[in-house]
Amino acid sequence: MAAGKELNPSDYIQHHLTFFRAPVGEGDFWTLHVDTVVTSVLLGFIGLGFIWWVVRGATSGVPDKRQAFVELLIEFVDEQVKGIFHHGDRNRFIAPAALTVFVWVTLMNAMDFLPVDWVAGALGLVGLHEWRPVPTADVNATFALSVSVLLLSLYFAIAAKGFGGWVHEMFCAPFGANPLLWPANLLFNLVEYVSKTLSHAMRLFGNIYAGEILFFLLWLWAATGVAGSFFGFWFGLGWAIFHILIVLLQAYIFMMLTIVYISMAHEHH
Amino acid sequence: MSFNLTLLTQMLAFAAFILFTVKVVWPYLLRAIEQRQKTIADGLAAAERGRQDLESAGKRSAEMMVEAKQQVQDTLSQADKRGAQIVDEAKGVAKTEGDRLVAAAKAEIEQEVARAKEALREQVAALAIAGAEKILRREVDARAHADLLAQLKQELR
Repeated sequence: MAAGKELNPSDYIQHHLTFFRAPVGEGDFWTLHVDTVVTSVLLGFIGLGFIWWVVRGATSGVPDKRQAFVELLIEFVDEQVKGIFHHGDRNRFIAPAALTVFVWVTLMNAMDFLPVDWVAGALGLVGLHEWRPVPTADVNATFALSVSVLLLSLYFAIAAKGFGGWVHEMFCAPFGANPLLWPANLLFNLVEYVSKTLSHAMRLFGNIYAGEILFFLLWLWAATGVAGSFFGFWFGLGWAIFHILIVLLQAYIFMMLTIVYISMAHEHH
Repeated sequence: MSFNLTLLTQMLAFAAFILFTVKVVWPYLLRAIEQRQKTIADGLAAAERGRQDLESAGKRSAEMMVEAKQQVQDTLSQADKRGAQIVDEAKGVAKTEGDRLVAAAKAEIEQEVARAKEALREQVAALAIAGAEKILRREVDARAHADLLAQLKQELR
């Protein structure tokens, strides 16, 4: 938002909430949020690439600070997995998957810290006027994660119990194997799957989206004058510091739920 | 809220990232950490072994000390014994030698005494004869009494 132009709050927010859409085909579904995809993939490359770069030269001797940081991160994730997952070798899939989730979601959430108008200004210079820098404030990104986790838990449920075992469980747990209870069991399980996936995605999306909106409101305030700038600065600082907690906490919760859902899929009832 | 192709794209990206971490990132680190754990375990084992070696070496050195002391003691007492033996032997030898010398001296003395007695007897006999000759010169013919004199000489001997 360049100074001098008349500032309309709803326009301002609307502007920052507009995705960079690229139509790929006919219909509403066939559009791509280029900003979400590009930012998230870039962040994934940066985060996981950094870790890869560090561990590729990892020494088994005394680690340097960079390696110690990465090891700390990985041990933290591994500890959580170790505490929850008791269904085989966690190194084969679930621990690295949890690490991916944690690193990626943290970085995507952390995009909230970038001053949104600077990002918009910089991208505006190269002709990109609509760009939302926070991928996890896009439901497509969070649901992509939670639906992937749903598919993984379905896969592991069937892999652990066999297809027959899984179907049996869908109909016979948790209320009992009486044929009269089959519909209730099935309904219960379906609701469980749907609600898990919904809450998994919406929790992350809601927290980050709300954080983003609050930043927008603070920056709007900052544009109203000296007093607004003053309070906008201090409240913005406070919110940003508090938001560090939210960013990490939400990434942590998302990772934990991912581990829990995949672990639950392995359990027999 | 509008779902669109972004959802599928993001799922693909997620899958790719998970695959990358599972296949590429995790094994590297696991290897490094496992190697380090092994190194640490080896080091601890080596330290334990060193400690045990030290302990046994200490024990062995103490044993050797005791043994050496014992040996020294033995040698000392042996030497003492040997010394006493040598002194005894020397005493014995000296005593026999002394006895022998004394006996020889005694024998010589006796011989001397005998020789002196003989000489003395000879002289006494000569004196007696001389005395008798002096007495008899006046009234006894030496030639007539030669037998007598020889007999006397014989007796005095």
